[in-house]
Amino acid sequence: MELTTLTYLFVGATFALYIGIAIWARASTTSEFYVAGKGINPVANGMATAADWMSAASFISMAGLIAFNGYGASVFLMGWTGGYVLLALLLAPYLRKFGKFTVPEFIGERYYSRTARIVAVICLILASITYVIGQMKGIGVAFSRFLETDYDTGLYIGMAIVFMYSVLGGMKGITYTQIAQYCVLIFAYTVPAVFISLNITGNPIPQLGILSTMAEGNTYMMDKLNLVVSELGFNEYTTQVLGSKLNMFAYTLTLMIGTAGLPHVIIRFFTVPKVKDARATAGWALIFIAILYTTAPAVGSMARLNLMNTIQLGPVGEVTSNIKYENRPQWFKNWEQTGLLKFEDKNGDGRIQYYNEKNKDFAVKADSFGWKGNEMVKVDRDIMVLANPEIANLPNWVIALVVAGGLAAALSTAAGLLLAIASSISHDLLKGIFKPDISEKEELMAGRVAMAGAIAMAGYFGLHPPDFAAGTVAIAFGLAASSIFPALMMGIFNKNMNRAGAVAGMVTGISITMLYVFQHKGIMFIPGTSFLGDMSPNWFFGISPNAFGCIGALANFAVAIGVSKMTEAPPEHIQHLVEDIRIPAGAGAATEH
Amino acid sequence: MNKSDYWKENLRLVTILLLIWFAVSFLFGIILVDTLNVIRIGGVGLGFWFAQQGSIYTFLVLIFVYTKKMNALDRKYNVHEDD
Repeated sequence: MELTTLTYLFVGATFALYIGIAIWARASTTSEFYVAGKGINPVANGMATAADWMSAASFISMAGLIAFNGYGASVFLMGWTGGYVLLALLLAPYLRKFGKFTVPEFIGERYYSRTARIVAVICLILASITYVIGQMKGIGVAFSRFLETDYDTGLYIGMAIVFMYSVLGGMKGITYTQIAQYCVLIFAYTVPAVFISLNITGNPIPQLGILSTMAEGNTYMMDKLNLVVSELGFNEYTTQVLGSKLNMFAYTLTLMIGTAGLPHVIIRFFTVPKVKDARATAGWALIFIAILYTTAPAVGSMARLNLMNTIQLGPVGEVTSNIKYENRPQWFKNWEQTGLLKFEDKNGDGRIQYYNEKNKDFAVKADSFGWKGNEMVKVDRDIMVLANPEIANLPNWVIALVVAGGLAAALSTAAGLLLAIASSISHDLLKGIFKPDISEKEELMAGRVAMAGAIAMAGYFGLHPPDFAAGTVAIAFGLAASSIFPALMMGIFNKNMNRAGAVAGMVTGISITMLYVFQHKGIMFIPGTSFLGDMSPNWFFGISPNAFGCIGALANFAVAIGVSKMTEAPPEHIQHLVEDIRIPAGAGAATEH
Repeated sequence: MNKSDYWKENLRLVTILLLIWFAVSFLFGIILVDTLNVIRIGGVGLGFWFAQQGSIYTFLVLIFVYTKKMNALDRKYNVHEDD
């Protein structure tokens, strides 16, 4: 069958499935809307958490970053999995024991302060909106390829679908839909990986494929890749770092503590029946996540190898080694249409030269070959996973499956995030602070309006994304890491942490992080408004804006502890509350107040 | 056998597990990566392997060990939830 027909078929069938489930499991009470009535089994919840968690950034963008950054992209692999250890050990069981609906609700009650609750809502919204922008970029890329339009049109269509989709179900609907979405996305991710690993190394298990030799000859696959890229002046795959070792350290730490501070993930631990289940959920979620994350290094490295081999057909320097532009494969033409892949024949020889023109030593060599610069003027990292099966010549149904998987990943996360935003506005701001006598019906309506506003805003920024999908998402982690995680952790582990300390800490942490991001990336990410260039010489100790959240978090801890020592200790009943959440006994269902 | 002993034992367990968490990711995967890369597993260095594979497997083990040990601790101090 034709690729377009197959793609419509796969995407259509999976969408029908999701919407069917969402209607079947539609929420009727606020408890079902916010926390699925707390009746979800930990294995099912782990699977839903994994789908919620693995977004367009994980599915579409991450392998692309791995492909082009090699070892340097390890920060994403460790950072986005290691956070679950923090979540399981430091937060999940205690927040479940506390038994409320939202993260700001915990912060407001623990720090006996409306101010703290409002500050937490603001931090949560800033982090979640930034995160949704990253999803929008991913959705735009997927739709533009799938419908063969330009990126902007793809984005508008994506926004419309997310809107229809997210207002349908509450947490209950979302949870069951996410289980289906997990199955689609993990199948779509691993099937092409198995095929490609088998093609290249002869080993069908991608995790072992990257350790193996090439299917033909005795060279190890990774050694071959290192050779191929360094021959064209690129950095060696397995040793290239992201900025510096210090930057990689900070980046990893930021993603880990950001994971443990992101509201849409934390909410998931409110949906299980028991404290015991909250601990287990983190483990199950990580198993389901690890299946994709341990496959990604194979997808990235093998996609890079295939890409290089498509363009460079033989020894570097021989004229016939570079593929003729008119002979370029079909996938190349398809992606040119989206504007995410661009070729420019700089030396007018009708052939494609793809090399690292920034490498001065190699540029001299390239000059002697008659090359006038790198002719692959744009290779958007975010296209790698979607293009990968086409590059490897896999059958059409696999390509269609990957498109469906990418959309499942982006939609499930967008739905989870939008729910977190909507609940913090309708439950925390409206019901909790401004209008406590609001009816359940009005509260749900307010949530839906908030969702629509968030989609519109994320879509606007999605037209001018500050970075690739994974990079944008990393900024969201920085914001969550520097504000929410420290406040939650100290709320449980430091009985003497008080209102003044927590508020001062959150404000300091998020301000430092935002200032640093804005000064390098532009105010509200608007291009041209950055007052310090987005270049490494201007970076504080070479730490990139995406990696700065951990510094904000350190400042948060330091300020909070300092301020709390100088101000009055929290009242007696709060100290009892903290003692109470530290033991599992007596955890009931979530209570309304 | 009181709640503060329960909390101390919990903190000790969490500290040990977090030390391992730090070692497999930040220490093996970043700080000592070049040193460990001298040792090879198949076609890749050990440091690279920890950064892209090994750390993730270890994280999984850590969470399940924590869950198992904490459930036992809950029963030991009789602070578990009703069944």
